[in-house]
Amino acid sequence: MQQQITLEIFRYNPDDKEGPAYKKYEVPFRKDWVILDALNHIKDRIDGTLSFRWSCRMGICGSCGMKVNGNPVLTCASFLEKLAPGPIRIEPLEYFPVIRDLVINMDDFMDNLKKVRSWIIHEKDDNLDEEYLQTPDQLSDYKQYSMCINCMLCYSACPVYGLEPGFMGPAVIALAQRYNMDSRDDGNKLRMDIMNAEGGIWHCTFVGDCSAVCPKNVDPAGAIQRYKLEGARAWWTRWLLPWGKE
Amino acid sequence: MKHQFEPFWWSWFSAGGTLSALVLPVVMMIFGISVPFGWIDDPEYDKLKSLIAPVSSRILIFICISLSLLHWAHRFRFTLYDGLQLQHLNRSLAILCYGSAILISLFAGYVLWNF
Repeated sequence: MQQQITLEIFRYNPDDKEGPAYKKYEVPFRKDWVILDALNHIKDRIDGTLSFRWSCRMGICGSCGMKVNGNPVLTCASFLEKLAPGPIRIEPLEYFPVIRDLVINMDDFMDNLKKVRSWIIHEKDDNLDEEYLQTPDQLSDYKQYSMCINCMLCYSACPVYGLEPGFMGPAVIALAQRYNMDSRDDGNKLRMDIMNAEGGIWHCTFVGDCSAVCPKNVDPAGAIQRYKLEGARAWWTRWLLPWGKE
Repeated sequence: MKHQFEPFWWSWFSAGGTLSALVLPVVMMIFGISVPFGWIDDPEYDKLKSLIAPVSSRILIFICISLSLLHWAHRFRFTLYDGLQLQHLNRSLAILCYGSAILISLFAGYVLWNF
């Protein structure tokens, strides 16, 4: 069995005059190591200047998403063994501005998350004494979409996010849908106006890669198509029954 | 606004996709595979002609053809738009794709009406 494996890592320091470059590192090839272990080995033992985000090491926090050999993955869930004999190329997630090395800037996502109001909206003022009861069936309507860990893999997989400036992208739409389908929420109309506008659902051409790469099986592509059906229904209602309720 | 009529075209695209996914495999199975291989008897021309004689059959065939074409138009428009990076020609692409789907549908309607 091989003893070492080569990692080609994207390096970029905004303070350096030289532009971005790939740097090679030899790390021990261990069966029980994931990419993240190898990156931490480099950081601790070889090159302390390497920057990347990580936290939980168990696919919950969503911070260690990177492009490995061109595919967006969680590095805590990608074993070196599966990528042997190497070299393995590691890059920051595509379509995002790079802050440094493997760290991306996700301000666009955070802004859009606020824009679609990804929280429960009540029409009436909150009555803190009242409980909002929900049946298991009502919970299962949106539970799948609530599993999103904001890891940004779907954005990196979505060619439309790369091509269309302003497109909100898969996770934000799936999260908007998560609240739309929650029986306790009254914000559907509010979100629909945003989703039907520029940057919303109509940019999506149903490539479907967002759902293919999602580590939590959220299926953002499915969420967007369901949203389109609702959007189309609202559109026809507005044109054919202008006096009706959308 | 750029996306004002997107729900309109998407509705036809969606309906056409669903319908052609149901109908086309059956048509292809019968006329493209089963008949040429001799698995089923060759339906005679006159028999087929009498099958589409009722107005309801013609309307059904017209719906299948026109919706399938509108499905194609929407998909092809975005293939050109994103695939060939023709974002600046958005309006022209829409006119070209939907326009040709509508024209061919009208021609199909004309042929079916005069059959």
